[in-house]
Amino acid sequence: MNTTIREMLFLLWRSKAAFFGLFVILLFYIVGIFAPVFATHDPIEQNIDQRKLPPFSEGYILGTDELGRDLYSRIVYGARVSMLIGVVSVSIALVIGTTIGMISGYLGGAVDTISMRVIDIMLSFPYVLLTIVIVSLLGSSLVNAMIAIGISHIPRYARVCRAAVLSEKEQDYVMAEQSLGAGSFHLMFKSILPNVLAPVMVQATLGFGDAILSAAALSFLGLGAQPPTPEWGLMIASSRDFVTSAWWIVTFPGLATLFAVVGFNVFGDGMRDILDVRLHD
Amino acid sequence: MKKIIIVLLLVCTVFVFAQKRGGVLVFARGGDSVGLDPGRETDGESFYATVQVFDRLVDFQPGTSIIQPALAESWSASADGLEYTFRLRRGVEFHDRTRFNADAVVFTFERMFKESNPYYQHGPWNYFNSTIGDYLVSVEALDEYTVKFTLNDRLAPFVSILAMDFASIVSPTAVRKFGSEFFRNPVGTGPFVFVSWQKDSQIVFVRNSRYWREPAYVNRLILRVIPDATARLLALQKGEVDIIDFPSPEDIASIRRNNELELIQQEGFNIGYLAMNIEKEPFDNVLVRKAINHAINKDDLIKGVYGNSGIPAKNPMPPSLWSYNEDTPEYEYDPQRSRALLREAGYPNGFSSDIWAIPVVRPYMPNGRRAAEILQAQLREVNINVEIKTYDWGTYLDRVFEGEHGMAMLGWTGDYADPDNFLYTLLSEKAAEKPALNIAFWRNRAFNELILDAQKTSDRGERTALYEEAQEIFFEDAPWVPLAHSIVYAATRENVRGFRLYPTGERIFRDVWLD
Amino acid sequence: MLSYILRRLLQFIPTMLGAVTVVFFLISLAPGDPARIMLGERAQKEQIEELREELGLDKPLVQRYGIYLLNVVQLDLGKSIFSQRPVVEEMLELFPATIELSLVAITIATIVGIFLGSLAAVKRNSPFDYISMSGALVGVSMPVFWLGLICIMLFSVILDILPTGGRINARYFFLPITNFYVIDSIILFFQEKDWSYLTSSLLHLVLPASVLATVPLAVIARTTRSSMLEVLKQDYVRTVRSLGVPRFRIIRVYALKNAMLTILTVISIQFGLLLSSAILTETIFAWPGIGRWIYTGIAARDYPVVQGGVILIVGIFLIINLVVDVVYALVDPRIRITKKAE
Repeated sequence: MNTTIREMLFLLWRSKAAFFGLFVILLFYIVGIFAPVFATHDPIEQNIDQRKLPPFSEGYILGTDELGRDLYSRIVYGARVSMLIGVVSVSIALVIGTTIGMISGYLGGAVDTISMRVIDIMLSFPYVLLTIVIVSLLGSSLVNAMIAIGISHIPRYARVCRAAVLSEKEQDYVMAEQSLGAGSFHLMFKSILPNVLAPVMVQATLGFGDAILSAAALSFLGLGAQPPTPEWGLMIASSRDFVTSAWWIVTFPGLATLFAVVGFNVFGDGMRDILDVRLHD
Repeated sequence: MKKIIIVLLLVCTVFVFAQKRGGVLVFARGGDSVGLDPGRETDGESFYATVQVFDRLVDFQPGTSIIQPALAESWSASADGLEYTFRLRRGVEFHDRTRFNADAVVFTFERMFKESNPYYQHGPWNYFNSTIGDYLVSVEALDEYTVKFTLNDRLAPFVSILAMDFASIVSPTAVRKFGSEFFRNPVGTGPFVFVSWQKDSQIVFVRNSRYWREPAYVNRLILRVIPDATARLLALQKGEVDIIDFPSPEDIASIRRNNELELIQQEGFNIGYLAMNIEKEPFDNVLVRKAINHAINKDDLIKGVYGNSGIPAKNPMPPSLWSYNEDTPEYEYDPQRSRALLREAGYPNGFSSDIWAIPVVRPYMPNGRRAAEILQAQLREVNINVEIKTYDWGTYLDRVFEGEHGMAMLGWTGDYADPDNFLYTLLSEKAAEKPALNIAFWRNRAFNELILDAQKTSDRGERTALYEEAQEIFFEDAPWVPLAHSIVYAATRENVRGFRLYPTGERIFRDVWLD
Repeated sequence: MLSYILRRLLQFIPTMLGAVTVVFFLISLAPGDPARIMLGERAQKEQIEELREELGLDKPLVQRYGIYLLNVVQLDLGKSIFSQRPVVEEMLELFPATIELSLVAITIATIVGIFLGSLAAVKRNSPFDYISMSGALVGVSMPVFWLGLICIMLFSVILDILPTGGRINARYFFLPITNFYVIDSIILFFQEKDWSYLTSSLLHLVLPASVLATVPLAVIARTTRSSMLEVLKQDYVRTVRSLGVPRFRIIRVYALKNAMLTILTVISIQFGLLLSSAILTETIFAWPGIGRWIYTGIAARDYPVVQGGVILIVGIFLIINLVVDVVYALVDPRIRITKKAE
């Protein structure tokens, strides 16, 4: 196990792109966790007299928004919100999806058929649409958006995990343990799980970026975070009124989103390539 | 030489004249119409379109809420106020060339309440039902151009109600021809003839050259849908459209600065208010209610919530409505005074309560949540600590109608140009019966008698006096904090002439021309 | 072969049924009573009850589901609560706008994507490869609605060269025939010999179609590159190359042709996804199509509209997947076996 991690770190170091991705992700987490340290203002406090100040004026690095709130501080806190969105929705999808995939792949038979049918139905919805439909059931709020994104991510984990389990099941070590009388639970979660973790983790990294994007899209449609939460999608949504008058309110929240998502995608791609190489070898 | 000048002058006159006539007028608005049957629709965007195609028996003097004759030349009410007789205009034709007469009027109304009318089923006739539905007994043609309406009870605002869009006169021939599809094929007597409707995109009309008033100047009218306010403004700046509805408050300043554009404004026909639940302590105490009124800084509230598009309110109805009392005093923003009143009321250390925030954007309240935050901060100054509560819109209404709140925000947009629609609907004793629209649960004997008297009086002058007095009682007893009236904006290109906003929210284009 | 196609077809029905069921229950169970929302401040209890009855909302959910299912089978998706018009009718009226936009977008994405992807594959590790693949990566990471706003800001506000929204200059007296504005304006050109309709409708397409094309373009470029690389590695390509066949010909005839199957699959799936991301693009560009219709339907709790719109998109999505699978199976017999193993 240890050697694998070391090996992967080495490969990661060799892939410049993935390393850049890791750097962005770490930066994003640090900013998110220590948001109060990085922020220069209260992200929610309004100052009606200082509305729509352009960047670099009066201590507002990126200027102020329509209610005189510091744009930079809102983006910093936005990292925290997006981080939360990523962690929560990916965890929901990861736990449920992996469990379904594991059980379905390991047990096979009717359980497998039924759960894959359900997954098929979920996959028959274009992903954006599924989140929208779920949120309209739950009601518009940030928490519900996270749940909806989590649920609609389940199929990918279930599929990846199931495929991995199917191939692991045939491996010698499983056969051996099985013949020694190891229980199903033990086999699934103690023996097989660690070995299918790698592809699932790659999926999770890529899913993180997706989750941020979808949450932003939901908020943009008014189905996610509600004001005055400093959420990037919501900030972009409310900036629609300013394309003629205040470019900075439009530009920066989107750039922040783009930057973070690129980070996760680059890292995820890199990880996948590394794993592919490893598996091929 | 002289000849040349004369010719030139002639050319000029023709030119000027020709310019006033003709052209295409494009009006950009935020949403599409739901349908084009004036009796059936309930939303403003639909009436934007129907008002072009149809006329009513009475309508408004340009830019006001004052009634003027339209398809009816004159009318009279019987002494008991139960019968109204209208003399109709002669020689008016519907767009399908059929004649406008008493039968058309009878048909228009009967399809909204006579179940025996085969077109009754194409309802629901919501506005009819909620206004005159309970009163109207019959509509009869006395002769070709005389119609009599019989009511079962007095209804002072009856004629004002007939100026509402639902009372537009439809062509019976067309209704029979199109049946349930009439709402997509409207035929009336109005200044524009309906041509086509592309959903979510545009509605096209052409000028009715045989209009009974002065026909419209422009040849073609297009109502185009552009949902985003900024996109509307961009389209206006580029000259893609001539008039836009509701520019974003953010852009008001830049429109004012732009020489190519003209800003047009009108106080909205609405009121946003904070009602104090008199059935609950401590709001049963008038001193507390006055203290709260003194604690609210409406200017700050308007700056923070309405931006450029609101004016402070003092009376429970909009200033553009007749009988609005200019002379009622106002509660000044005065925290000191407020604290003193609280002491006097027996709350030297203030108290705690809740404030309910409207969860949706309404014409009278652009951002309920933000307004609640500002009010919360202002009340904290006088030691009143309020918790902000909010629910989804349906639940919110259900709960405030049952009186679960301490203080709750709500508002009203006028249905028709009569003070009764504000004072009786929102503040009468009848309206305080649960589920109540009088969410202050204010029952004031004197006020109530005044507005009931006004309901039974036909004379405008007398009614005005009664309503003015009622507004003073409202001030004295302070069941609400009247917050604001919104301001409605439109913007036009500078070559657009003659466009006016109406207090009742209509968009009339028949007297608009392009320079 | 036939049995695979048949089996795949039979799979389609329960999946579609499942999707319809999910849509119905998710949306019907959503909080907020449409009757209440429609009537607003003015409503009295009895009026709401009356309206609920009229909308059929007073019946038990299961009964409503039964009725709905029965109607869906007959292609009746109910009436819009707000406009009272049949959902199918509104859908047919708005669908051409969405199809027009999506087709133009997927065409842009396909042409540019394949071009960039194959060039990047051939010039592997060159600056062009890095730049275009970085571009593709940014493309898939892009909040599309934000890109839309930036484009409006850049091209409509600052440079002032493109319209901001709508499908054609509103001043034109334009009565659509097919509701595909490009086709309609071509017809008009033949009738009136006037180019301006066509120019205007094409100009109005530029921004929304490009923005909508961004993500599929990036995905197609990436897929093309990787599948081309895969093919270029194959023995037979090496053999052909060693025979001295020109590079360009190898790419066009051998590599691209063989990679095409994968690329086509990606294109069709992207097209399905595109229909749902149109919700965002149409909202930004005031494009009167299905996406905006669903969006306003959600805001207004117009259940039948949302249900109908979602079912339409899911249906198309499923049919595209079905066709892809079948074509795939026809072309490449190996698939059938691996699919079975799954």
